[in-house]
Amino acid sequence: MTCLRLPRRAALLALPALALRPAAAQPARGEPVRIGELNSYARMAAFAVPYRNAIQMAQEEVNAEGGVLGGRPLEFVFRDDGATPSDGARVAEDLLTRENVAFIAGTFLSNVGLAVADVAARRRRLFLATEPLTDALTMAQGNPYTFRIRPSTFMQTRMLAEAVRGRPVRRWAIVAPNYEYGQSAAAAFKRLIAEAIPGAEIVAEQYPALGRPDAGPTVGALSRARPEGIFNVLFGADLIPFVREGQIRGLFENRTVLSLLTGEPEYLLPLGAEAPGGWIVTGYPAEQIELPAHRRFFDAYRARFQDTPRLGSLLGYVTVQMVKAMLDRARSTDTDAMIAALRGLVTETIVGPVTMRVLDQQSTLGAWVGEIALEGGRGVMRNWRYEDGANHMFPEAEVRAARRL
Amino acid sequence: MEWGFWLAQAVSGLAGASALFLTAAGLTLVFGVCRIVNFAHGSFAMVGAYVAVTLLPPLLAWSPSLSVFLLGAVLSALAVAALGAAVELLLLRRIYRVPELFQLLATFGLVLVIQDGVLQLWGPEDIPGPRAPGLGHGVAILGERIPAYDLFLIAVGPVVLALLTLLLRATRFGLLIQAATRDREMVAALGVNQALLFTGVFALGAFLAGLGGALQVPRIPASGGMDLPIIAEAFVVTVVGGMGSVPGAFLASVLIGLLQAFGILAFPKITLVLVFLVMAAVLMLRPQGLLGRPEPPARGAIEGLAALPPPSPPLRALAVAAILAVAFLSDDYLRKVATEMLVLAIAAFSLGFLIANAGIVSFGHAAFLGAGAYAAALLSVRAGWPMEAALAAGPLFAGTLALLFGAALARMGGIYLAMLTLAFAQITHAVAFQWVELTGGDNGIVGVRPAWWASDRASYLLLAAALVLPAIWALRRVLSAPFGVLLRAARDSEPRALALGLPVVAMRVAAFALAGALAGLGGAVFAFSRGSVDPTLLAIPQSVDLLAMLLLGGVQAVAGPLLGAVALHGLKDAVMPLTDLWRLFLGLAILLLVLAFPRGLAGAWRRA
Repeated sequence: MTCLRLPRRAALLALPALALRPAAAQPARGEPVRIGELNSYARMAAFAVPYRNAIQMAQEEVNAEGGVLGGRPLEFVFRDDGATPSDGARVAEDLLTRENVAFIAGTFLSNVGLAVADVAARRRRLFLATEPLTDALTMAQGNPYTFRIRPSTFMQTRMLAEAVRGRPVRRWAIVAPNYEYGQSAAAAFKRLIAEAIPGAEIVAEQYPALGRPDAGPTVGALSRARPEGIFNVLFGADLIPFVREGQIRGLFENRTVLSLLTGEPEYLLPLGAEAPGGWIVTGYPAEQIELPAHRRFFDAYRARFQDTPRLGSLLGYVTVQMVKAMLDRARSTDTDAMIAALRGLVTETIVGPVTMRVLDQQSTLGAWVGEIALEGGRGVMRNWRYEDGANHMFPEAEVRAARRL
Repeated sequence: MEWGFWLAQAVSGLAGASALFLTAAGLTLVFGVCRIVNFAHGSFAMVGAYVAVTLLPPLLAWSPSLSVFLLGAVLSALAVAALGAAVELLLLRRIYRVPELFQLLATFGLVLVIQDGVLQLWGPEDIPGPRAPGLGHGVAILGERIPAYDLFLIAVGPVVLALLTLLLRATRFGLLIQAATRDREMVAALGVNQALLFTGVFALGAFLAGLGGALQVPRIPASGGMDLPIIAEAFVVTVVGGMGSVPGAFLASVLIGLLQAFGILAFPKITLVLVFLVMAAVLMLRPQGLLGRPEPPARGAIEGLAALPPPSPPLRALAVAAILAVAFLSDDYLRKVATEMLVLAIAAFSLGFLIANAGIVSFGHAAFLGAGAYAAALLSVRAGWPMEAALAAGPLFAGTLALLFGAALARMGGIYLAMLTLAFAQITHAVAFQWVELTGGDNGIVGVRPAWWASDRASYLLLAAALVLPAIWALRRVLSAPFGVLLRAARDSEPRALALGLPVVAMRVAAFALAGALAGLGGAVFAFSRGSVDPTLLAIPQSVDLLAMLLLGGVQAVAGPLLGAVALHGLKDAVMPLTDLWRLFLGLAILLLVLAFPRGLAGAWRRA
């Protein structure tokens, strides 16, 4: 009796689930496709933990709908990269040697990303760099095994320079953290602003040390040059003192301020009511994006983690979508097949189609450019629009020169 | 208008100086009395900031006034003082008998524990503090708007200095602090309860750190990464002012604050090294700091330590067997880890050679590890040299660099010398970091590949062992040779060594160059193993790691640094995959090891 009744009960229980899912979908089973994911979960937790949350969520969705490669489940193996290149390179080798992963993905800090990319080149294995921003990763130090998802420093700088194209703002001051990210953003800006605004000149540059915010002297030095516009690359713990000091001393009044990344929830939320209104920023206005697929992602994420998604969450989710598309196209976990599949791959992501450009192996995932406005005691992005990364990539000739193609 | 600008810039610099002074005053008091180089002092300031951003909003909601704000800051500092007292009672109290450097290791473990503790308690996002009531605006002076809070902070510095001076001059506790700073043994001999004094001073130091952190929150947010920058600057201020001197710390803070404010106008990219340049310049001119006294001789640290006995034959056989087993029987990952352990072992061993025989404590030994790695990587990648030549060039370059550093600092001693090595290492780091055209900046250099015959991990491990083990053997021989004996003679009694006509300075310089060259060898080996180099290799945390490995293993045996490297690197490697909280577990493991093996894993550290 029991034996007969059990299947029927099971079928009844499964009915609601069936109604929600496409008829063909079966939960994935069989040997999992393992992916080694390394990131700075301890040092950069504000970014990395929401990122991992979204990957886990997306992984479960993919597996519930039949997995990849004919029904195999995806399985991300998460590791801390120690936030230093030495640790990152070692962890990458560990994943490739011992964890039987098909490929590796992740990293947040640029120098860690480059060290891991070098491991990938040496071991001839695929590395999907999800978050590091440095242009070097896809340009001078790019290699055939490394692909990047997030829009790079140059692309985001270019979006901002384009946002003020033709405006009568000629005297610019630059403030950037004193390391590669800040320096290359500053260098890109100098070049791009000269194209976007004829006659633009840089009248002041300041490079405070990363993580050692002493905003007063920096603000003083900038305001002394009487710029008409300011290009800011500071973020995180360095940004808040700069904004406070600048607001008290009136640095931002009647000036155009461009600021990289400040619209990302990771950096906008901690600013709270002190978010600098009127700044033109790159970021991610998560709660305002009405694309149906994104809306579903947003609601599901919030329901599951009782928190709004960060930019890291978006990247994590898009990463899994691209991985699935790549595996669908490659039909195997062979490194060469996966690389061939990734080159030129078009993925329908929750924010629209994203192409992996063949030339520099950089995705065309874009960013949102808008103005910060204060609403209800916190900063939000307004008048934003999605800037497709495809319109802001490095010119092909420069890529060829840098990658010696 | 221009006058207004200079004034505003000076105010900014002085406000920063005040905040710096509070933290540094605590550090200098603790060092003066307890002789502890407290790496966790920046962590105390961080905890102070976090407690303040938690405590202040409800307090200010209840009554938004400046006095309540100050009350909140003092309460936060008291909480940190309690934490400091607990650390002293539970941890440091147990290890005062061992040489002073071990306490440094314990505080390093504490730094890791507090980092993860703060992350768990307060979450990963930066938390901006509330502005001080009535001081959130700008005051117009000479056409510039100057933050009112900056003016307030400028006043806080001298007030705290005055209160501390009063405490030191007019109370029994203060007199004891002063007496202990000058001559600890005498204070103990007079029957003063040292335990109580140390706890009190440590709590006072933590209080000042906490206050410094709490009063900063209207200017900078509480964030999980603020501890190390704070400790680095507090160290510099303490050393520039003279260790143990509170007025010196004040003077040094003002000097550094102003140089920071005006230096960036001329050199906007100088921010990374400015404070270390100042420290190097001051120490070269005045080796005991601005207001410091010449240091009393360190008590029973390493004096009397003899030459290292050669490792017993079974031990040697075991080491060789372990390396062969890893090379032939394990997987590529373990081979890579074993190669790295050898690299770290030679670097730690050469550091141990300096500390134990030349009496030179180097806080910047990673500079030579990194210099060797950079030389090898640059010659291999940019100049196309073969691996063999690049491997040889690494130690040569690092040795030359060490020779130069050694020549600059061989006349100094003790903690000031240690701090000067730190300054030189930071300057080297800044060169690697900012000379982007040559070094690739913080992205570093990638694509460093070994020769074909060493390209698989097993061959490379054997190559590394064939370079590192003979180097360790040779260095041990040097220790037993007349050179080593004379070095130790100079270490134990410099006046007598000089009286005998020994070229003490030249010998120290030679020892420094030798140790640098061996660390450079490790660096060159590392460059080809990892495939890339970057500035973190010569940054402060790497130097601290080497010191931790050495202390963990012990200085008294050849196997000490080897064991320490294997233990610390292996521990990190084992714990990191298990949990996000690896820093917490690593820190706890270090604390446990320090408590269980206070003289290092490999045997006792003999006392004089």
